[in-house]
Amino acid sequence: MIENTLHLPILSLLIFIPLLGAVCLLFFNAASKDSIRQTALGVTIINFVVSLLLLAYFDVSTHKMQFVERLPWMPWIGSDYFLGMDGISLTLVLLTTLISVVAILCSWTAIEERVKEYMIFLLILEAGMVGVFVSLDMVVFFLFWEIGLVPMYFLIGIWGGKRKLYANIKFFLYTLFGSVFMLAGILALYFAHGKATGVYTFDLLRLYEMQYAYNLQWWVFLAFFLGFAIKVPLFPFHTWLPDAHVEAPTAGSVILAGILLKMGTYGFLRFNLPLLLDATMSFAPFLLILSVVGIVYGAFLAMAQKDIKKLVAYSSVSHLGAVMAGIFALNQQGIDGGVLQMINHGVSTGGLFLIIGMIYERRHTRLIADFGGIAKVMPVYATLTLIIFFSSIGLPGTNGFVGELLILIGLFKSNVLLSVIAATGVILGAAYMLWMYQRVIFGEITREENRTLKDLNGRELLTLLPVIVLILWIGIFPGHFLRYTNASTTHLVEMINKNHPADVVATHSSAGAEAHALNAHADKGEAHR
Amino acid sequence: MVELVWLIPLLPLIGSVANGVFGSRLSKGTVGVIGSAAVGLSFLIAVSIFWRIMTLPADARSIEIVAYNWLTSGGMSIDAAFLIDPLSTLMILIVTGVGFLIHVYSSGYMHHDKGLWRFFSYLNLFIFFMLMLVLGANYLIMFLGWEGVGLCSYLLIGFWYEKKSAGDAGKKAFVVNRIGDFGFILGLFLLFWTLSDLGAASLNYKDVFAAAHQIPPVTLTLITLLFFVGAVGKSAQIPLFVWLPDAMEGPTPVSALIHAATMVTAGVYMVARNNVLYSLAPYTGEVVAIIGIGTALFAATIGLVQNDIKKVLAYSTVSQLGYMFAAVGIGAYTAGVFHLMTHAFFKGLMFLGSGSVIHAMSGEQDMRKMGGLHGHMKITSITFIIGALAIAGIPPLAGFWSKDEILWEAFEKGHVGIWAVGLLTAGMTAFYMFRQVFMTFTGKCRADEHTKHHIHESPGSMTVPLIVLAVLAAIGGLVGIPFIFADGTALHQYFAPVFSHGAHAVVAAEAGHGLEILLMAVSVAVGVSGISIAALMYYAPARKYAPDFLAPEKMAETLAPAHRLLYNKYYIDELYDYLIVNPIKRLCRYCLDFDLGVIDGIVNGAGWLTRFTAWVSHKFDIYIVDGLVNSAATFVSFNSLVWRRMQTGYLQHYALIFVIGLILIVGGALLSR
Repeated sequence: MIENTLHLPILSLLIFIPLLGAVCLLFFNAASKDSIRQTALGVTIINFVVSLLLLAYFDVSTHKMQFVERLPWMPWIGSDYFLGMDGISLTLVLLTTLISVVAILCSWTAIEERVKEYMIFLLILEAGMVGVFVSLDMVVFFLFWEIGLVPMYFLIGIWGGKRKLYANIKFFLYTLFGSVFMLAGILALYFAHGKATGVYTFDLLRLYEMQYAYNLQWWVFLAFFLGFAIKVPLFPFHTWLPDAHVEAPTAGSVILAGILLKMGTYGFLRFNLPLLLDATMSFAPFLLILSVVGIVYGAFLAMAQKDIKKLVAYSSVSHLGAVMAGIFALNQQGIDGGVLQMINHGVSTGGLFLIIGMIYERRHTRLIADFGGIAKVMPVYATLTLIIFFSSIGLPGTNGFVGELLILIGLFKSNVLLSVIAATGVILGAAYMLWMYQRVIFGEITREENRTLKDLNGRELLTLLPVIVLILWIGIFPGHFLRYTNASTTHLVEMINKNHPADVVATHSSAGAEAHALNAHADKGEAHR
Repeated sequence: MVELVWLIPLLPLIGSVANGVFGSRLSKGTVGVIGSAAVGLSFLIAVSIFWRIMTLPADARSIEIVAYNWLTSGGMSIDAAFLIDPLSTLMILIVTGVGFLIHVYSSGYMHHDKGLWRFFSYLNLFIFFMLMLVLGANYLIMFLGWEGVGLCSYLLIGFWYEKKSAGDAGKKAFVVNRIGDFGFILGLFLLFWTLSDLGAASLNYKDVFAAAHQIPPVTLTLITLLFFVGAVGKSAQIPLFVWLPDAMEGPTPVSALIHAATMVTAGVYMVARNNVLYSLAPYTGEVVAIIGIGTALFAATIGLVQNDIKKVLAYSTVSQLGYMFAAVGIGAYTAGVFHLMTHAFFKGLMFLGSGSVIHAMSGEQDMRKMGGLHGHMKITSITFIIGALAIAGIPPLAGFWSKDEILWEAFEKGHVGIWAVGLLTAGMTAFYMFRQVFMTFTGKCRADEHTKHHIHESPGSMTVPLIVLAVLAAIGGLVGIPFIFADGTALHQYFAPVFSHGAHAVVAAEAGHGLEILLMAVSVAVGVSGISIAALMYYAPARKYAPDFLAPEKMAETLAPAHRLLYNKYYIDELYDYLIVNPIKRLCRYCLDFDLGVIDGIVNGAGWLTRFTAWVSHKFDIYIVDGLVNSAATFVSFNSLVWRRMQTGYLQHYALIFVIGLILIVGGALLSR
């Protein structure tokens, strides 16, 4: 933990600026929609600019928590208002503040009803998401985690599509179901730590310091797993995602894909790995299998879809499977790739939902069969779509390639067979994306309504601009981004290797060492019991 | 000058962006000039680099230039770096040189197309990626180019996107290539981790080649085989060749540039670049050679009976690529790259020539509707025939020297089978090429009146590139003429610094020139026979001397089953649909049913169960607890007043209650300790 060198409670600012904006919006006349939109946009832009300050003052040489703030909150249970960030949080917070701007821009004309409430919910959502990524107190974390759920519930429930009620209840209850287990896990750790040391605290950094009994780790891992795996969503907990995406308004989908899903993978990185390392080792093979099944299964499902949005939703299942596979490869390349791919997926899939929203606004349909020949009437749209599609496919030179490469190379190290299966995802990904591109963008115009479609306007171009810039920037200079997360991921890998020194040996020799690692692990498990 | 190497790919990239962003507002002339100039300038820089490295001593001709660190993750560090050496220099000369000619040609050929700016933007982008492919100093930069050219190939095959067949072909090309790339990246991973175990984690060519001899032979065989899978996709070899014939849906200059002269030869370049690895993996070499020569023969047989002017050239390209792989497979890297170069000249020439014909014929591609074009378009006809003579292996044209070197090395290294199949293929090649020449340029014109009226020679922007390429196809083989120097041809000396690590032995004189000259005579005889048979079958003045069974219609009749098999390309596409594509589509549908029925069914089932339980408790409540409730009505109504206050619907209230609850729980736990 490092003193806040900025002498400014910047993390709190990032949470309270949007909240303050939401409060201000309360006093607006609901009829003056444009000023509401402009204010909301202004607030998110200010928040984004403030978050850029983090980049300037962030120390990339350490994994320790930075910009730390701590205020006593509920000292009687050992919970403080305790915020801080490392490189992994940093990238996700920046993604959050950026995507929030994009989310407001893309709702400009799509949302005409209850604009005021809509914008208020978006701003609350931003605060909740930032909060999740910077909380270092488990109670604070859990509060923000749940707060994020509520505005999303209303975004889908009020501005959603035809089956919004079904989708919404499924989304809400499913996630809540997971959260309950997570809460139980948090409390279990809290009491275990208190019993062992006499200090009852929700301070994450204190909880990190203790070595928990293997049995407890196992159960807590399972509890956290349910909470996070549903959020990710990891196969087979993914069925809420396509429904939620299809019914959500564009901004909802963009935020859902861009950030909310990352809360799950972030949870695994922030809690499961460092807190429950022994259990992580036992669960990793099982999680790897689920992840890789998700990659292939999600791709197959994507190929069978008729609705563009559903196709992209299933592709998300596939891509998030890749992120999880990277993280649970438990080596430097895998975790680096997983962390980078979290950002990449946010950018690319967020971009895909923007693209879909733009065409939906024009045609009020998302069925692939209703399109064809769009390239002729919307050439700029077709070109930008192509760039985003190829980023999603993972073409070298775009962001997707770097993440996928690191994940696969890391996975290859920990499990060759799974890596081979996962790599088929690159073929399937190309197949379903290009097939969709062909059916929507190429070909002759078969429907009269499509003949008069207007190409993108200035606002829409502006909305897509950050997406395109990031796709190419990360693709060409991935080092600019990896340097922020490097210290944190390296630290995680060091922890993994320190805990299981046999694995370090395995790096330099063959299968024999792996067997040895297994034995060593079994011994350790015994010892804990 | 060598330090400016990054300008070579950068210029086409700038051209691509310029035309892509502003092209739609520029005149067609300007668009063409921007596109061509970008590549032309790159060519000039490439030439100056070539001169520069030729002035260096042979062992100093390998120069690495690092632009920046691309990516570092743990023990993996990849630079964006270029490698200048004799091999990459030759490749950039071919890519920018032939590329420039084809750009100039395109400004004429595509002049009437509304999307000219788009075309030039894609074409320049292709040149950029192709240059990255051959200039990269490590596997990942090469792979960047490798996939990038695939993207451009996709865009250019599908350039006329309104045609469904064009979109299909583009998609097929990309996906089939991805299957190859799947193998390639696995090879990459295996190579990286194997080297990492040896303490030499790197994907830089230099480091990899330096550590190559430490890699266990089995692993190395596997690595090289996986790399070769990538080459099989990119260079359209058995069994992944199916995309290339379909790729002819693209505009003809694209076929010339991408699907003949440059991109499809990337696989050959890759194997040659990795000659150190392949030389240490003899088993892989055999596989490469056998797949190569097998493809050469297989594609040539299909080429015998095709009627589409571009399809003939496409199968011929597949066949010639097979030739190159046969060469690099047996360790004759110089011969393979030599053939790559001459093939770029004569096949580029012939594709452009076919484009000129199609241009004149108002888009007609069926040779059965052509004929007698020589009278109308002399430049196209003569240059095309020069190309055909070159590929047929008639001395002293370029194709003769390169093809013969492959055959000679195969024979000399004891691969008599490869030599024999190669010779047979050469005969077939000569036959189908001259079948094409005779059907297109001689005899009576079989086009309809309207088209006939329209036939004309193409403009200068198209014929000048034809002439330049014809000159190259004629004399480009001179660098590979044997017998002049004691230690191999000029090309051998040039490539010595790159290929000397490989098993390549300089073709020594001890076997005697006698045998080599004899074999040359044999292959010339085979070529001439091929041409002669074609003449007897398809050249009107010669037909009266032909025996009866040589009449094309008669032959198709007597050999009907074989003819049908060849004409339908051995039904490979249908086989793939049946065995792979359709099962996968079915699997996707099964997965969807499973997802909706089982996985989502469990979720919905859980929801239903909850509601059912709620209903049961509700009933329980009404019939059993009700009495109690009624009696406590007053109590309840009092309570409800309190509780209603809390059900405000405000989030912060809920949060407060939540926190209070938490405190109670925790407090209780603390107290009960």
